[in-house]
Amino acid sequence: MKIDVHYFAWLRERLGTGRETVETEAGTVDELIDELRARDEGYAHAFSDTGALRAAVDQDLVEFDARLDGAREVAFFPPMTGG
Amino acid sequence: MEPVRVQEAAFDPGQELNAFTATVSGAGAVVSFSGVTRDLAEGALDVMEIEHYPGMTEKALLSIRDEAMTRFSLTGAMILHRYGRLAAGDPIMMVATAARHRADAFSAAEFLMDYLKSRAPFWKKEVTPEGARWVAARTEDEKALSRW
Repeated sequence: MKIDVHYFAWLRERLGTGRETVETEAGTVDELIDELRARDEGYAHAFSDTGALRAAVDQDLVEFDARLDGAREVAFFPPMTGG
Repeated sequence: MEPVRVQEAAFDPGQELNAFTATVSGAGAVVSFSGVTRDLAEGALDVMEIEHYPGMTEKALLSIRDEAMTRFSLTGAMILHRYGRLAAGDPIMMVATAARHRADAFSAAEFLMDYLKSRAPFWKKEVTPEGARWVAARTEDEKALSRW
């Protein structure tokens, strides 16, 4: 399946892109992260500490074990600093 | 008035508060909070860049506002948040709540602020003459949610 993956803040800067379409068979957010890490050193480094990251599936904040069934959009970003 | 607005344009908190107050009927108390871009030591902040996640931002803010309307006895609530480039002293965001009595209005405003801090997809970056750095989330902000 194809999923739009978005990156924000320092993660976007580190990866050099804010959005890409990913062809994936991942069943969960965790599995998607594993696939991204396996791509190259840049991704492996950016996703080395998932404790410093948060994830959203279809624009809802989720835990990393969340399922991707039918998901259209996944986003990764550091903890939010609104207000 | 839209109860949730995410915009790049500057706003006048006083004007927004008056407009909000004019729309809430039956309220005996209106509470508002405005967040202002804080300068660094010795006026070192050139600009504060605020990035957000279009789509999710509006969704998250609407959900936080709905939750406040459910939890507290309110006659109205609004959230306004800017993104883009801000200078020290510029208003970043504001919330306003209206209720028959002040306790609900005060509590709801704090609730909105606590959730907005760590559940709305905004990220701040401070740009100074020495370089730029992303503002780190504070553990106190995450802990503040546990009181609700």
